[in-house]
Amino acid sequence: MALYRAHVLICHGTGCASGGSPKVLEAFKDELQKKNLDKEVLVIATGCHGMCEFGPIVVVYPEGTFYSRVSPADVPEIVEEHLYKGRIVNRLLYKEPISAEKVCHYKEIPFYGKQHRIVLSNCGYINPDNIDEYISRDGYQALGKCLTEMSPDQVIDEMKKSGLRGRGGGGFPTGLKWSFCAASKGEKKYVICNADEGDPGAFMDRSILEGDPHAVIEGMMIGAYAMGADEGYIYCRAEYPLAIKRLQTAIKQATEYGLLGENVLGTDFNFTLHIKEGAGAFVCGEETALMASIEGQRGMPRPRPPFPAVKGLWGKPTNINNVETWANVPRIIHQGAECFAAMGTEKSKGTKVFALTGKVKNTGLVEVPMGITIREIVYDIGGGIIGDKKFKAVQIGGPSGGCLVDEHLDIPVDYESLTAAGAIMGSGGLVVLDEANCMVDTAKFFLEFTQRESCGKCVPCREGTKKMLDILTRITEGKGVPEDLDKLQYLGEQIKATSLCALGGTAPNPVLTTLKYFREEYEAHIFDKKCPAGACQRLLSYTIDPEKCIGCTKCARNCPVNCIAGKVKEPHVIDQTKCIKCGACMANCPVGAISKG
Amino acid sequence: MTEKIRSLDDLRKLKERSGDLTSARSEENKVKIIIGMGTCGIAAGAREIMSAVLRELETRKLHNVAVETTGCIGMCQNEPLLDVIRPGEPRITYCLLKPEDVSRIVSEHVVNGRIVQDKLFGRAE
Repeated sequence: MALYRAHVLICHGTGCASGGSPKVLEAFKDELQKKNLDKEVLVIATGCHGMCEFGPIVVVYPEGTFYSRVSPADVPEIVEEHLYKGRIVNRLLYKEPISAEKVCHYKEIPFYGKQHRIVLSNCGYINPDNIDEYISRDGYQALGKCLTEMSPDQVIDEMKKSGLRGRGGGGFPTGLKWSFCAASKGEKKYVICNADEGDPGAFMDRSILEGDPHAVIEGMMIGAYAMGADEGYIYCRAEYPLAIKRLQTAIKQATEYGLLGENVLGTDFNFTLHIKEGAGAFVCGEETALMASIEGQRGMPRPRPPFPAVKGLWGKPTNINNVETWANVPRIIHQGAECFAAMGTEKSKGTKVFALTGKVKNTGLVEVPMGITIREIVYDIGGGIIGDKKFKAVQIGGPSGGCLVDEHLDIPVDYESLTAAGAIMGSGGLVVLDEANCMVDTAKFFLEFTQRESCGKCVPCREGTKKMLDILTRITEGKGVPEDLDKLQYLGEQIKATSLCALGGTAPNPVLTTLKYFREEYEAHIFDKKCPAGACQRLLSYTIDPEKCIGCTKCARNCPVNCIAGKVKEPHVIDQTKCIKCGACMANCPVGAISKG
Repeated sequence: MTEKIRSLDDLRKLKERSGDLTSARSEENKVKIIIGMGTCGIAAGAREIMSAVLRELETRKLHNVAVETTGCIGMCQNEPLLDVIRPGEPRITYCLLKPEDVSRIVSEHVVNGRIVQDKLFGRAE
């Protein structure tokens, strides 16, 4: 094996790849060849680094220099200056948003400072398309330990001791779940990886699959050994083509090495693994709907019991965990349950990966120890609110979750505290909202999503969410009536109580929590016909201040519906009945005479 | 045809072999060799020193050594310059190097921790 003195890691997560990182990689290869450095500098495509906001990201080792927003045109300079002459290219370094200082080293960036990357430790560090790199980082050692030194019961005990809970949202103790399936009688059992990540704005599971696919495979194999299964499915949505491609490569390489197949590592453990592409229905993230979909039936939930551990895929005992849960398994076995249980709070152990989006300066993928506060995530890792506006709320747990406000900023992030505050841990979507976000509109956005994704089996979910959405739409258009608030509350509670699966059981949450914490905002829409955040277009009105207007006619000339009247050099007036609230007048006024409210 | 992994031992052997794949990316407990690659350094033959270092490390299978480059430090008449930092020890600078000196520096200093006195320029704490 040739020795490379420097490694250039180029992020090939979906974020950076769509930002053009494959072209950056090509440029590096060309340029290194031109400079005769291709034998001493290695170029590698990796998974997501998490700082998607600043992609494409390039990290140069051994120094660990972190370059952000690199374009192919920047490559010759990096090669000539850094790789040839050893001088860091200052202008491409990441600029810290708070102090505006340039940060050179990967580890000195505050975004990573409070993170604890366990599940993501390989993401952005190894080449996910090369199984040898995974093996070089202790890959498949945990499986080897299980197969040769531990009995299935010992593996389950170890999982119980670790305190790991399901990372898909429910938070059910993983070891306990495994023990149910292990106790089920049957020759044939299945393990399934739920990779049907559908929450708007969530990309934790996708990043793990893209950046470290073998960790998920190894986790599933350990689970299969513990429960007595010999076959597995990864149910991944078809909207994740890159994750599927990387998984296919990973399965192929593991099979070629004999790590997947019969007599794994010379033992009598056999395991085969399939990928099933989902067609993009949100409800298929529900475990019984997911299994129906694998069987080729319409994806619809069914009542439990029987639980999958008793009667699952093709009627056989089955265990389903989500991507992040499986990816935790090899680390727990390799480092020991105590090591994992030492992180987090009393009832929530380990770390959680969040997709941090919305109005924060650093959006991206973060992994934090359980028990960290929302404040630390938003301000220390996220860098605070864009434009230093006022923080309003975080929507946590996606369309099934709820919002948390100012008073919750210092509660610890763990399963119990979040539930007590009316939100849920969820799968890890974390959307930050500022004062310009209307809470009624935000609740409407999430309800529109769940309403569209309802499978239609239960009437309360199918019809009730539709009614709730109608009411919300009405309110945002200024046609709300006082009874609407009680109706929303009643409908929401009914739908939660009478739906079969978690989709209907949680769909009203965004409405119910915003009603609880932002009731005055709903009331302003209904009684005053005003949107305090200025976000609901139909409730806006644009007015011209006659004192300030200089009669330049610019507004009238730019109005697409000709609703502004006035003579040259005289104050103009907007006809409110014709105005479509597009804001073109305000944007074009040279003296700031037009205001909205 | 890929070689099959038939036992935990096979897996451990593969891990040993593959260790070098990612070792350049880890920063723990490594000996560092830093070569001056300013214009002066390059003009005085620093590239040849670099090639010699990489060749030497490979022949000796020393894969846990970080090779870095740096710019001009202002002592151009003494180029090519090369620094060796062993973990916990001061930074030692060698000067006026020729490719044939590299082998001695690697075997004496990098491996055995004995400073090569006749090529020594100085030490920085």
